[in-house]
Amino acid sequence: MSAVWLCVLVVGVATVAIKASGPVLAAGRELPQGAARVVDLLAPALLAALVATQAFASGDELVLDERAAGVLAAGVAILLRAPLLVVVLAAAATAAGLRALP
Amino acid sequence: MAEGSYRDGIRAILPLMPAIVAFGASFGVLARAAGVDALAALAMSATTFAGSAQFAIVSVLGAGGTAAAAIGAAVLLNGRYVPMSVAASGAFRGGPLRRLLEAQLLVDESWALSSREDGFDRRVLLGAGGLLYLGWNAGTAVGVLAGDSLTDPATLGLDAAFPALFLALLAPLLRTGADTTPALAAVLGAAIALVLTPVTPAGLPVIAATAACLVGFTRPRRRPAPRPHGARPQEARS
Repeated sequence: MSAVWLCVLVVGVATVAIKASGPVLAAGRELPQGAARVVDLLAPALLAALVATQAFASGDELVLDERAAGVLAAGVAILLRAPLLVVVLAAAATAAGLRALP
Repeated sequence: MAEGSYRDGIRAILPLMPAIVAFGASFGVLARAAGVDALAALAMSATTFAGSAQFAIVSVLGAGGTAAAAIGAAVLLNGRYVPMSVAASGAFRGGPLRRLLEAQLLVDESWALSSREDGFDRRVLLGAGGLLYLGWNAGTAVGVLAGDSLTDPATLGLDAAFPALFLALLAPLLRTGADTTPALAAVLGAAIALVLTPVTPAGLPVIAATAACLVGFTRPRRRPAPRPHGARPQEARS
C-alpha cells in the first residue's frame, strides 16, 4: 500500500474514533481540567511547527527563500482580517512574483 | 432547551459555504501539487473530513516525510476533537452506532454554531455539519480536477500556500485575549521544529513540537471550559 493510502486508512479510522469518543463514551461528562488544557494546546503547537517547517525547511536544511516572503504577505493579510482564500493567494502570488523576477 | 431544526443549522452555515468550498478546492489543488493521488485526496476528504489534518498529511508527505510521521501529525492535530466531542456529547441521541455516525459531522464550524448557553443543539450541529460535508467534498473534487492541469507548483508559488494556510488556521487560536499560553505553545512548537529539522528525518520535528503543549501543566487555564464563544466561524477550519 502506498504511503498516502496508508494515511487515508489510519487517519480516517483514528478521526472517526476521536470524533465519536465523546458521544459514545462520555455522554455528559467532562475531561479533567489538566488534560483538557494540554489537548487544547496541541493544535497551536502543531500548526506553528507546520508553519515553521513549511516556510523554512528544505529537506534537512533551514533556508530563507521566496516562501518566507509569501508567509510574510499572508501574515499581513491575516492582520487585515482577509478571508482565507485571499491569505493563501497573497502568499502564492508573492512567492511566484519574486521567482518570476529576472 | 428549545431545540432548533436541521434547517436552522443549514441556514447558519450557508454564509460560510463559499469559503468552505474554496478551502476544499485549495486542498484538492495542493494535494495534487504535493504529488498525492487524486483518488486518495478524494477519499481523504470523505473519510477524515478535517481540513488541517488533511493539509498536514499532504505537506509532510510532500516534504519527503514518512507515512508514520504524516499519520502522527494528523492524529495529534485532530486531538482537539476529543474535548470538543466530549463537550457536545450530551446532545447526541440513540445507540452507540447512531452516535458514532452522527458524531462524524462534528467539525470546528458545526460545533461552534450549535453551541447554546446550556449545551449543544443536535439538529443544528447535524444540519450545519451535513452541508459542510457536502461542500468540503465538492470543493475537493473541483480542486483535484483543477490541480491536474497545473504545471509546476513552485512557479505558481503553491509551496508558499501551505505555510500561509497553516498560519491562517493558527491565527484564531492565538486571539485569546489575556490568555497567552496558546501563543507560548505556538512559539515553543515552532522553535522545537526548527531546531530539530537539521538533525531528524522529515516529519519528526512537527511531531516532536507537540511537546510544547505541556506548558499547559505549568500555566493553568483561565477560561472555565473549551467554549466556542471566542471561535470565529467565518475563518473556515473544517
